[in-house]
Amino acid sequence: MTKAARGSLLSIEHLEAAEILGLLKLARRMNPAKPRALLKGKRVVLLFYEPSTRTRSSFEVAAKSMGAMTVLIQSSGSSIEKGESLLDTGYTLRAVGADAIVLRHPNAGAPQHPSQALLDAYTILRHKRAFRGLQVAIVGDIYHSRVARSACHLLSKFGARVTLCGPPDFVPEVAATLAPGIRLTRHLEEAVRGTDVIMLLRVQKERLAGRKIKLDDYIGRYQMTTARLKLARRDAIVMHPGPVIRGLELTGDVADCPQSVIVQEVANGVPVRMAILARAMGKAK
Amino acid sequence: MDPASRIDAPMDVLLRDGHVAEIAPPNKTRGGADEKFDARGLIVAPGFIDLHVHLREPGQSHKETIATGTAAAAAGGFTSVCCMPNTSPVVDSPEWVNWIRQPERGAVVNVFPAAAATHHSKGAVLTDFRRLQEAGAVAVTDDGRPILDEAVMREALRAGAQLNLPVIQHAEDARVTAHCFMNEGPTSFRLGLRGMTVAAEAEVVDRDVQLAQMTGGRLHIAHLSTAEALKPVRRAKRAKVRVTCEITPHHFTLIDENVGDYNTNFKMNPPLRSAFDREAILVALADGTVDAIATDHAPHALHEKQVEFERAPFGVTGLETALGLAITQLHRGHKAPLARIVELFTAGPARVLDLRGRGTLARGSFADVTIFDPKKRWTFDAAKSRSKSRNTPFDGLPLTGKVVATIVAGKIVHRES
Repeated sequence: MTKAARGSLLSIEHLEAAEILGLLKLARRMNPAKPRALLKGKRVVLLFYEPSTRTRSSFEVAAKSMGAMTVLIQSSGSSIEKGESLLDTGYTLRAVGADAIVLRHPNAGAPQHPSQALLDAYTILRHKRAFRGLQVAIVGDIYHSRVARSACHLLSKFGARVTLCGPPDFVPEVAATLAPGIRLTRHLEEAVRGTDVIMLLRVQKERLAGRKIKLDDYIGRYQMTTARLKLARRDAIVMHPGPVIRGLELTGDVADCPQSVIVQEVANGVPVRMAILARAMGKAK
Repeated sequence: MDPASRIDAPMDVLLRDGHVAEIAPPNKTRGGADEKFDARGLIVAPGFIDLHVHLREPGQSHKETIATGTAAAAAGGFTSVCCMPNTSPVVDSPEWVNWIRQPERGAVVNVFPAAAATHHSKGAVLTDFRRLQEAGAVAVTDDGRPILDEAVMREALRAGAQLNLPVIQHAEDARVTAHCFMNEGPTSFRLGLRGMTVAAEAEVVDRDVQLAQMTGGRLHIAHLSTAEALKPVRRAKRAKVRVTCEITPHHFTLIDENVGDYNTNFKMNPPLRSAFDREAILVALADGTVDAIATDHAPHALHEKQVEFERAPFGVTGLETALGLAITQLHRGHKAPLARIVELFTAGPARVLDLRGRGTLARGSFADVTIFDPKKRWTFDAAKSRSKSRNTPFDGLPLTGKVVATIVAGKIVHRES
């Protein structure tokens, strides 16, 4: 693999803490309602090998609100279906004049979701003073989650204390090695007690096949309910990268409760992605 | 230096008519020579033997040919290679074994084909070992795939025992490694890739050792990669069961963390393992548990490797870097005597395949000789490789120890310029 181009954002792991703070600061100055034509004349290609609602639409809105033009390529209905490789697809899009590519891909290079981690960090800082010493519980299918990996790297860099919670198939022991300051528990109550941030993950039903987890058991032990939420600090926030499945990883009551910032996360995705795109194209001013 | 004859001293070697005519202290040979090779300051060893290469013919000549693969072998000091049958089609008939051995293939070193142990290497119906052996096969294997069915493996070992033909096992429980692309551990978790467990290798080795004991068959474990799999091998050797094993240079040099950010030139099967496994392998190479260093040279075209990590084929090239890595890692890094390294490249592999008259410089043996400079520092440049492919994790790596000349049947087939 060759080096990524300047301005690329492929993982949180390889970002310096200062770069992360710079991006978050830049995001605070981005206002989708007051467009600045920072990216006038630029072309942003959204290359999506997997379905997406939030990521795709917010990148598109972010790009357009800065004056860029966007093109959406999805695997179905494109030459990807005919067997064009990822590399050749990239060459093709560059030849068409793409200045930046927003990529979602199920394979290598994609166990992270850096833009989600950044917008989560942005959201946390809207409610909490700082990351240092903050207690964060991440509950659910860590194993299959790009969001969790990126969040762990980011939170760990800033000294937050992260607790991963779920059954062994979702949270293998090895997950604690991901970054410093991460611990594991199998008990939701233990993870949630006294915590400042609760991050829930979708149970990826499509990936349960062949695994030992039964949905009923999972709901019984790990579903976030109003009662369990009471164990957390009173000012704790509830986060979820979406899509939420009400009645599975959380109840509808929790999703809609005042502590839930799930909808804010989506809204914050736009300014954060504006910052990411501006930085990518050297317009981070 | 001929470990098989316990020779480690300045000697003159006289080669005549494709054989070693004399080996004697300096200036004491009786016969005269037409041509002299001054190897003062260098090591003159029996020709190296690589038990495990993929020459990709028939059928995959865009990756490698017998001609290019053996040219790379010669450059790496190998005078004999054993090529695996997982080609297209699979080498499961005497006709294909013959085809590989025909002079038209353009081999510059000795090629000893391993034939498929089962039809199409599907692991169900045994091939005709006797006819394959008569055609020139030196072993049977379904390499690339394991022989998983216990009854089939038992029958293979039993049939092999009657012919004194080794069965080479690619030890991997493929039932649990589907969709796994590297070693199971912190790195696979970090990269979001499914990992192959240590048990998936060790359990197959453990079972096969028991089957070898039961049948009296000769079992050779290809590219052993885990500490756990060394245990049954050690047990077998103590009990005098006919079990041998090989280790690749990449497994004694690298670990799973080196995969970095999805570098497909670090993707092979078995995968790079943990630091713990590598340490155990280094010990086993030194203490005699391991019989041979084998490269598992597995060339792939650039476009095949320049894809998503999960999609890239398993395998790395290795013929030209094996000696340099062995001297750098084992001799300089871990103080293994040079004689032990030479043994792992010569007498050891010759014994595994029962290649009479090879792996030694004893009088009367084949005139296959490898001459190398154990102190020469150099940097491997993949762009200059003789192989058709460039998929190596060692491009640009500084190494110590380089082949100076390779002699096959008395003819110099490679000479360092």
